[in-house]
Amino acid sequence: MTTGRSVSIWFFIGLSLLVNGLLILGAGLYEIANPPAPELQVVLFGLHASAWWGGLLALIGGFYCWHYAPSRASE
Amino acid sequence: MTLAFVVSSSSSLVHLHPVDMVIIVFYFALVLAIGFYLKGKANTGEDFFMAGREMTAWVAGLSFLSANLGALELMGWAGSAYQYGILATHWYWIGAIPAMLFLALVMMPFYYISKTHSVPGYLKLRFGEPSRALSAVSFAFMTVLMSGVNMFAMAKVMQIVLGWNLNFSIWVSSLTVAIYVTLGGLRSAIFNEVLQFFLIWAGALLVPILGLYEAGGWGNLKILITQRASEQYVHMWAGLGSFTTNPMGIHWTGIVFGLGAVISMGYWTTDFLVVQRLLAAKDMRSAEMAPIIGAGFKMIVPLIVILPGLLGLGLLPEKLVPESVAAATGGHSYNDVLPLMLARYCGPGLLGLGITALIAGFMSGMAGNVSAFTTVWTYDIYRPLINSKGSDHHYVNMGRWTTVIGVLISVGTAYLVMASASIMDYVQALFSFFIAPLFGTVVLGMLWKRATGPGGFWGLLCGTLSSISMWAWVKVDPTALRYVALSPNAKALAQDMYQALWSFLVCVTVTVVVSLATTPIPHSQLAGLVYGETDIPKIGDVPLYQKPVFWAIVAAVVFVILNIIFW
Repeated sequence: MTTGRSVSIWFFIGLSLLVNGLLILGAGLYEIANPPAPELQVVLFGLHASAWWGGLLALIGGFYCWHYAPSRASE
Repeated sequence: MTLAFVVSSSSSLVHLHPVDMVIIVFYFALVLAIGFYLKGKANTGEDFFMAGREMTAWVAGLSFLSANLGALELMGWAGSAYQYGILATHWYWIGAIPAMLFLALVMMPFYYISKTHSVPGYLKLRFGEPSRALSAVSFAFMTVLMSGVNMFAMAKVMQIVLGWNLNFSIWVSSLTVAIYVTLGGLRSAIFNEVLQFFLIWAGALLVPILGLYEAGGWGNLKILITQRASEQYVHMWAGLGSFTTNPMGIHWTGIVFGLGAVISMGYWTTDFLVVQRLLAAKDMRSAEMAPIIGAGFKMIVPLIVILPGLLGLGLLPEKLVPESVAAATGGHSYNDVLPLMLARYCGPGLLGLGITALIAGFMSGMAGNVSAFTTVWTYDIYRPLINSKGSDHHYVNMGRWTTVIGVLISVGTAYLVMASASIMDYVQALFSFFIAPLFGTVVLGMLWKRATGPGGFWGLLCGTLSSISMWAWVKVDPTALRYVALSPNAKALAQDMYQALWSFLVCVTVTVVVSLATTPIPHSQLAGLVYGETDIPKIGDVPLYQKPVFWAIVAAVVFVILNIIFW
């Protein structure tokens, strides 16, 4: 949905997913490089959920940002 | 950056890291930016109060669903799933799906064709000013009080989960909501609700995925729950043949007739907080499709609400207890299960996203309350009863001021609750008094031509009074539960079901009797308001897959299959 010649709501959602995804991906990669002590690890730490979930969110968010970019909407 | 995260029973349940704080701050910055961006698009009454009536089916549908997907809702029902097992899913399936489909196919055409701004506005068109006044005043009053109660409850949650100061949580969240709703009106509220919808899924979906992985699949989880609780915790219908064979103390008649036929119908079809999102749809097809899209997603919400509660029951090493016991012993209560599960699987970053999802849920719920209050106050109380000659610009300004005042009243209510916690129980109970009778009045108004103005008014009033009376009766004499809820074993939720059913029946009976005793409304005045007197516009020559009725049938079939699978 757009508001006249305006930014689509999906662009804002893409932006949110992209930024959050990159932050979570960064935190996940940091954890892989510098694992916390075992007693401080989350359950299933070995699956590195932060890395792949953050990456997935960033990918989806990036696609939304590109697809609903204001510049594309005004073309 | 320290990677330590600890679930402790000391000052807070979880500890955030810098990256978590960045995610939370980014959320606040984004919603404020959206508010400022939309400021220029809320200049007329239609823009400010109805979002320009230009929402697509997807935006209206997700917003419609999100208005009901608040943080307290998520945490509360996850806690209920821990306490009552999979029975809690009834509130998401039979307690929502039939009502949403009924709203889409039967009621939405009348709301949309009448071009009303609100549910009380429809009552004015159908039954006259007294019914609107009764409905509008009660709705506005209760909505703003509920907003305050939710504000306090969420601040309390933030204090328990994160160790945040109550005043900080109340003022930061309320000021943010006041700013973005004052600037962008309903459109701003809707944008943020859709954003919240995505944040909730992004923040919460990992819990069931990782939880099922840890449990070894759904089959193993059922075995774990059966060992720790009983087999009845994993069946939705099998234990409902008797009040004593299920954890909730309810009979299937209460679920089907109380919850499915009355409470959910009342909430999803007449609570203006959710219906307002559909009135903002850009055309009739979108208005009908929106609740069907909402129903589709509603059916999978148990994945992120009920399943985490069940996973907590099967996997958490400690046993969770009722709120009162937790307060006395320092343990964790049922309502803590969702944050506990988040903390179990989510490291830095993911935890921040999960907490942001809870904050977003709370803020969008508050924005929903405030925007609905603003519309009802301006269009259904201020304009007809106080100043009917203002310009459109005047009413928009009134809407902006009402938003600020509504938030301030909510803050005041939050502090009242802080001073006396029992106020919360009364306000929550009061809100439920109006829902079931209002559904009786609206549905008779839409489907029965013979219903008259006095019939509608007296039915609504008597239904509401009967609900209040039953609640007070049980409060004064708890043994009255055996009459109101048909069983002395009934729990609070079961009492709600039957109380709603009886008040609905009182409303319908009084409406019918008074209508038959009063002068009928001429049919010419019922055009666009009642079935049989309204030419419902055809959707047009569109393919089958674009027709609302097709998707409603698909949703109904999926609904039946899900209930059979989890019987």
